[in-house]
Amino acid sequence: MIRPTISRRWIYVWQRNLGVWRKLAIPSVLGNLADPMIGLLGLGYGLGAMLPAVAGGPYVAFLAAGMVASSTMYSASFEAMYSAFSRLQHQKTWEAILNAPLTIDDVILGELIWAGSKAMLSGTAMLGVAAALGLVASPMAMGALPVVVLLGLTFAAIGLVWTALATGYDFFMYYFTLVMTPMGFLSGVFFPVERLPEALQLLAYTLPLYHGVALIRPLLAGQVPTQIVLHGLVLVLYIVIGFCLSLHLARRRIMR
Amino acid sequence: MNTKTVLRVNGLRKRYGERDVLDGVDLEIAQGECFGLLGPNGAGKTTTLRLVLGQTAPDAGTITLLEEPVPERAREARQRIGVVPQFDNLDPDFTVEENLLVYGRYFGLTQGEIAARIPALMAFAGLTGREHARLNELSGGMKRRLTLVRALVHDPEVVFMDEPTTGLDPQARHLIWERLKRLKSEGKTLILTTHFMEEAERLCTRLAIMDHGRIIAQGAPRELIAEHIEAQVIEVHGPGVEAWLDAAKGMAARVEFAGETAFCYVINEQPLLESLRAQPQLVYLHRPANLEDLFLKLTGRDLRD
Repeated sequence: MIRPTISRRWIYVWQRNLGVWRKLAIPSVLGNLADPMIGLLGLGYGLGAMLPAVAGGPYVAFLAAGMVASSTMYSASFEAMYSAFSRLQHQKTWEAILNAPLTIDDVILGELIWAGSKAMLSGTAMLGVAAALGLVASPMAMGALPVVVLLGLTFAAIGLVWTALATGYDFFMYYFTLVMTPMGFLSGVFFPVERLPEALQLLAYTLPLYHGVALIRPLLAGQVPTQIVLHGLVLVLYIVIGFCLSLHLARRRIMR
Repeated sequence: MNTKTVLRVNGLRKRYGERDVLDGVDLEIAQGECFGLLGPNGAGKTTTLRLVLGQTAPDAGTITLLEEPVPERAREARQRIGVVPQFDNLDPDFTVEENLLVYGRYFGLTQGEIAARIPALMAFAGLTGREHARLNELSGGMKRRLTLVRALVHDPEVVFMDEPTTGLDPQARHLIWERLKRLKSEGKTLILTTHFMEEAERLCTRLAIMDHGRIIAQGAPRELIAEHIEAQVIEVHGPGVEAWLDAAKGMAARVEFAGETAFCYVINEQPLLESLRAQPQLVYLHRPANLEDLFLKLTGRDLRD
């Protein structure tokens, strides 16, 4: 693969997306928050009332950590897929940018950081909700913020790979229903991974969301996570591989 | 005269699968020219443009744009170039003014620098007073003019235009032509693709006709017509046109048939016109030859899709 030709002009791509987002910020934030909040309140308090302590605490606190991770994942994925694809295909925003002194590499990096930023906002907002509901044990929960950043970039990078391959919006449905939904169940968002059959537990260890949850949950409970370096490295690896692959595929699609 | 070369292209080739989309293209365009690239659909015009802008790599050949080798230093070349794409790709979520502010930023201009240029750009586009309009409030012609001034936001030396007036009504088209002439008089180099022969004839100081990935003719519009084609055309249709033609064929230098109409290319039109006066059932149109006749002679009358 040829060396990336990235300039600091990627930031203009990020700024352009921020400019559009600012016009629609309130409905966008509400939309991003409403879905995980309804899940947290409904499942956490409703279902949780019938459950004994999960992992040594109330179920709603257990679920809150999972929801911080999964809302980060969904936010990054939506932005890197549906929104980025509409800029690539329908609005031809990328085409306009590529007529200026930017390269496709600048565009992909700008989109990656942008989707990561939006995901960070969602994850942080969920964290705030969890804190407001008294589901966070100590200020150590602030340690979840860098994890949210990594997790957002991870799913942004994976999403851009799919965007570079997509033929239409329907294409993303496969990823959402066949990859992300099962990933939520396998990664310990709703119940402890130890409840899974051993083979599925092994599968869970390969999933980026699992490693995000494994870091965020203890931090919200006021504990230092185990194997921080390992979990962090898996996420970084997903980001690097996903970014390189999306660069390669986007170049092949656009610069042909 | 002190003219420098803006674009030099040598032996450009591009292959997609089994098809040679460009099969050895050479071009040289000087500063201040308005150069037209003409050709039927699929001739390779847009591919040539993309290669020149460094948006895809050639299989063979060299490109030098504003003294920068392309694609190696295409980014540096694009810094001094404006592009009007075939289809508007304005940002629908931004207002007119925001579109210029966002686009100018891609060229490294500060918001203050762009804001200072906006009144002049708005006046040029005939959009003064519409700075805060949303894009869905603009007509097709207004959007086209906004796309044009967006390409001028960084005061480029060269402006590339891919079919600048396709899809516009005559009023809107004439306004764009007026603006392009003004850019020409300001000394900008304009490079456009079109299959509007009238557009090419009006605007271009020089043009190249492309077909099947090659340049098949190149020169000033009037010279090309004089070189390749008879000066006068008489179009004839109506009942008995074939019978009439059998007798009259010798009076035309060349005859082409398109459907029911005979196109008679003549150097001296008088004998044919005389013979037509004796055939009141035939409808005819006598006119000077134009670029479209040349284009059709060189590229044929078959449909291209």
